[in-house]
Amino acid sequence: MNEFIPSITKTGSSDKRKKTTPKNEKKNRQQSPFFRQLGRQRSLLFMCLPFVVLVFVFNYLPLWGWLMAFQNYKPHLGVRHSEWVGLKHFKDLFSDKSFWLVLRNTLAMSSLKLVFGFLSAIILAILLNELHAKWFKRTVQTISYLPYFISWVVAANLVMTALSPEGGIINEVLMFLGIIDQPKLWLGTPRYFWWIIVFSDMWKNVGWNAIIYLSAMTAIDPELYEAANIDGAGRLKRIWHITLPGIRPVFTVLLIMNLGWILNAGFEHQLLLMNPIVREVAEVIDIFVLRYGINMGRYSFATAAGIFKSLVSIIMLVTADLVVQKLNGDEEVL
Amino acid sequence: MAKQKRYSRKTPEDRIFDTINYILMIFLIIVTLYPFINIIAVSLNDPMDSIKGGIYLKPRKFTLYNYRVVLSRKEIYNATGVSVLRTLVGTALGILSSFFVAYPLSRKDFVLRKPLTIYFLLTMYVGGGLIPGYFLIRSLGLLNSFWVYILPGLVSTFNILVVRSYISTIPDSFVESAKIDGAGEFRILFTIIMPLCIPVLATIALFIAVGQWNSWFDTYLYTSSKQELSTLQFELQKILQEATQSFSTSSDYGSAISSGAAERAKTITPTSIRATMTVVATLPVLVVYPFLQKYFVTGLTLGGVKG
Repeated sequence: MNEFIPSITKTGSSDKRKKTTPKNEKKNRQQSPFFRQLGRQRSLLFMCLPFVVLVFVFNYLPLWGWLMAFQNYKPHLGVRHSEWVGLKHFKDLFSDKSFWLVLRNTLAMSSLKLVFGFLSAIILAILLNELHAKWFKRTVQTISYLPYFISWVVAANLVMTALSPEGGIINEVLMFLGIIDQPKLWLGTPRYFWWIIVFSDMWKNVGWNAIIYLSAMTAIDPELYEAANIDGAGRLKRIWHITLPGIRPVFTVLLIMNLGWILNAGFEHQLLLMNPIVREVAEVIDIFVLRYGINMGRYSFATAAGIFKSLVSIIMLVTADLVVQKLNGDEEVL
Repeated sequence: MAKQKRYSRKTPEDRIFDTINYILMIFLIIVTLYPFINIIAVSLNDPMDSIKGGIYLKPRKFTLYNYRVVLSRKEIYNATGVSVLRTLVGTALGILSSFFVAYPLSRKDFVLRKPLTIYFLLTMYVGGGLIPGYFLIRSLGLLNSFWVYILPGLVSTFNILVVRSYISTIPDSFVESAKIDGAGEFRILFTIIMPLCIPVLATIALFIAVGQWNSWFDTYLYTSSKQELSTLQFELQKILQEATQSFSTSSDYGSAISSGAAERAKTITPTSIRATMTVVATLPVLVVYPFLQKYFVTGLTLGGVKG
């Protein structure tokens, strides 16, 4: 849910600027030779050069490793001397039943997270927006985004404690209410796993995700509410006809950007909470890559799976980006 | 006046709505805070007493014993040091990198501004993935090295964008007049730009620090064979792992006993160790959070809404 921020920033600032401003900049450049100007600005270049190199090494150089997917990679031979096998690993991957299972898990968990994440964040934002007492609103808000700042390791521990069959609060409450008559082993039951992931993700992120809608709501003209009030619209009607339309632009952009991230179901979360009994429903693509690549030493095969994920993600992200740009075409962002 | 009207003429619908709203909000507060309070209570309770269950909001048999046992373990003590160190070094260098990249990219007259902006932006879309990344780290000799915590994630495009958009609100004339006075770019950055950027600096510093403190996967992947480089989060992950894996052998994961604690198993239980470690690993975030949370939010609105 949170990966959307960089992408929005990107469409918001740089792209627009790229297109609109630099006409006269170009002219300047033709007048004074490029290298002379660069020479004058060398301290600016030196300033960022170490980090340009660092990004090259850690972000671009690994792309070279993609070649591994087309080889029978042996670490002692390296990419240059390993045997080439063409698309063999991709064929193996697509005929591997467990890969499709993993793909299903990834899509299922990320879609569920998407739907519940969006719904919960919007509902929370609306409810917070309707609170009159400022101090109470601030308190709720501050508390609600606390879990966002703890690590998944800690969160997973809290989830496990809450779901424990030995006095975990979930079992206790459900037994008290008479919904179940004996403690359930939530984390050891495959059919609950997706929901545990979805709800714990919601617990951790809902407050944080609501912030962006709340700030969109503060931009709504209060006169609209007063006018609606005079016309006799009640609370729910005002929310339906004013608040919701008010956050629609933000909602649309976020939704599209998040669709671009659909293959990122998060993996720390699953990796930390899963156990052998639920592995079949818990494993997502990243864990699959980790297991085959690092634990089993099938480097080339795992890289092929990684490439599949990267390619699909890039295509989806670029598409999402184009759609957002098109939507924003008439209403200037900056 | 309009507001007055709204309050004085509370319709039944308003009243029902507000009541439900307050109930839901209080429910949210409880759901959010309970797991924290509960785990703190368990960590402060006598371990043998905790087995009986029924610890909710406060310890039944108060003791600091759990903390004494956990903190006296050498690996925890050491891991805390590594966590603190990586947070300090990572934050300092992270701030530096963000400013050293964001400042040149904010200068409209910089000839490489456009290509470099694209160069950094692309990293948000492309990446080699886990396995190529792993082999890169290996061939760079960074396996089992402290720097693997710092270097790979040092340059964050998101932070660069946040800082750059903040710097671009500073009038160009500030930089121009400093240049006329003969100040070099580094001096302009340190004496003029950075002091004006304190709010955004605080924001990204907090994000980087929390990220460093919370990360465990790099330890898991790159330095797990070197105990001296273990972090608090990773130690906690190991304890968690033992608890989750024991599902396959028995339903009773309270009986999983971490190997190091085997000899103390009579006096301290895995549940208590896990609770105590969780508190230790969360405490720094919990302590600074109330004071600094407004900066976190500033960061989001700076980065997301203003662009």
